[in-house]
Amino acid sequence: MYGFITLFKKEILRFWKVGFQTVMAPVLTALLYQMIFSHVLSQHVEAYPGVSYTAFLIPGLAMMSMAQNAFANSSSSLIQSKITGNIVFLLLPPISAPAFFGAYLLASIVRGLVVGAGVLLVTAWFGLPLPAQPLWLLAFAVLGCGVLGALGIMAGIWADKFDQLAAFQNFLIMPLTFLSGVFYSINSLPPLWRGVSHLNPVFYMIDGFRYGFFGQADVSPWLSLAVVGGCFVALSAWVMRLIASGYKLRH
Amino acid sequence: MTHAISIDAVSKRFASLQALDRISFTVEHGEFFALLGPNGAGKTTLISAMAGLSRADNGQIRIMGHDTVTEARDARMKLGVVPQELVFDPFFTVRETLTFQSGYFGIRHNDAWVDELLHKLGLTDKANVNMRALSGGMKRRVMVAQALVHRPPVIVLDEPTAGVDVELRQSLWAFVKELNAAGHTIVLTTHYLEEAEALCSRIAMMKKGRLIALENKDTLLSRSAAREVSLQLSGELPASLQPLSLRQQDGRHILALPDIAKLEQVLSELRLAAVEVRELSVHETDLEQVFVKLMHGGQA
Ligand SMILES: Nc1ncnc2c1ncn2[C@@H]1O[C@H](COP(=O)(O)OP(=O)(O)O)[C@@H](O)[C@H]1O
Ligand SMILES: [Mg+2]
Repeated sequence: MYGFITLFKKEILRFWKVGFQTVMAPVLTALLYQMIFSHVLSQHVEAYPGVSYTAFLIPGLAMMSMAQNAFANSSSSLIQSKITGNIVFLLLPPISAPAFFGAYLLASIVRGLVVGAGVLLVTAWFGLPLPAQPLWLLAFAVLGCGVLGALGIMAGIWADKFDQLAAFQNFLIMPLTFLSGVFYSINSLPPLWRGVSHLNPVFYMIDGFRYGFFGQADVSPWLSLAVVGGCFVALSAWVMRLIASGYKLRH
Repeated sequence: MTHAISIDAVSKRFASLQALDRISFTVEHGEFFALLGPNGAGKTTLISAMAGLSRADNGQIRIMGHDTVTEARDARMKLGVVPQELVFDPFFTVRETLTFQSGYFGIRHNDAWVDELLHKLGLTDKANVNMRALSGGMKRRVMVAQALVHRPPVIVLDEPTAGVDVELRQSLWAFVKELNAAGHTIVLTTHYLEEAEALCSRIAMMKKGRLIALENKDTLLSRSAAREVSLQLSGELPASLQPLSLRQQDGRHILALPDIAKLEQVLSELRLAAVEVRELSVHETDLEQVFVKLMHGGQA
């Protein structure tokens, strides 16, 4: 148990020491998106009755930033440790697979939440209402970061080089997070694309997170919770088994 | 009575390469044990299997009686490994590194021991320096400290002095000797044979994944041809001395000298053949010669 706490602390300290890159930079990026898109599209139809486009955009941007940063935290930490070789210091002590997984996961969630809070803080003045359903909000924030954090652990263990990790990030994580209804309500899409969006788990994270703010969303929050929660449980079980088997970590 | 380390018929393959081929030996409590062999012999692979960094295909390894696979937790608590590669986490200071390492082993409040390690390894004034800013030798010392945070009874050092300056080598050995005197079992691999000769009581030699010798240092030294005489001559080596000839080297004839009295006979044969001796020296066998011999396939 203390091994878990220590590894968690180490992972938190690792991103906190370079907070300028790991927290400030994504918050600034999200702010830029918010300024540009709300300027270009502010005349857009209301996304939901009584919800302006500028307000609609904020939770999506926050959830997208949380997802990307939760993924980045575990994946980049692991690949750096593997490439520099210092992962050996985690493999020599008796740290169990659940402790190893849990520490990286929890640190990813914390990084995601810190970035998300930062994004909400700097974009709130664009007209963000107080959350209508704070518990739903929190549930989707935590589970969403959890899914991407677990995916990051998997990617970090699987990748042997930075290139491979970058490919994973650019060709899977980025499209999934961008094409998830961050910038639009999927109800505005043609039926085909609406159907495709329904296959993207990140869509449900964002939709559920939005529900937390506005009390309305494209699909039922229960459906979103089932999809995101199911993804989280399945992915976690799989990644934990991967770690226990020593895949790519112990030859 | 268990052994400090017991290795039983351990094999490991990498694709077509047999990195470990049915290795078996034991190391006893309190021993100072050397594992020698040329690059690629399989020393690091064997250490990785002991540490659970890799899994052997066959065989069993126990550390203080604990199986490294089925009782991995206990086995790892008893073992401290200093890896061969110089690795560090550039995000942290020396003290952070050691505090985290203690925590990974489940140890809280380890400051007193960490301070002692820092002191013994001459790192006290570097405690709050970032790992990135340390010299190679200093990083190596931190790695030694990392291996000791949980006070393991068995300590394995994989070429700890490769590429390290003389002063550090000596202080490191003084420290390791002290640990050994305090009861720790030490296993080391090194390229500097004089180190193994000076420090270790028992020596195992590996070559191409096989264990080719395992003996007390003294037995190993005495069992191989004790002495050699090196001669620079004015003419050819007389036929009567050919049976003693081991090799020629830099224009000198090297002859085996089973005992010192034989030298008298060699010299009289040379006188008889009217061959003049320009230079003569007698060498005692050292570990290096035994090593070279074994590694070239000869018997010790
Ligand atoms: N992960 C690995 N994959 C493939 N081959 C390996 C791996 N690790 C070591 N080897 C090979 O196994 C042999 C033994 O290596 P090693 O144990 O490092 O030798 P030593 O430490 O005695 O120099 C070498 O030929 C090396 O190339
Ligand atoms: Mg080696």
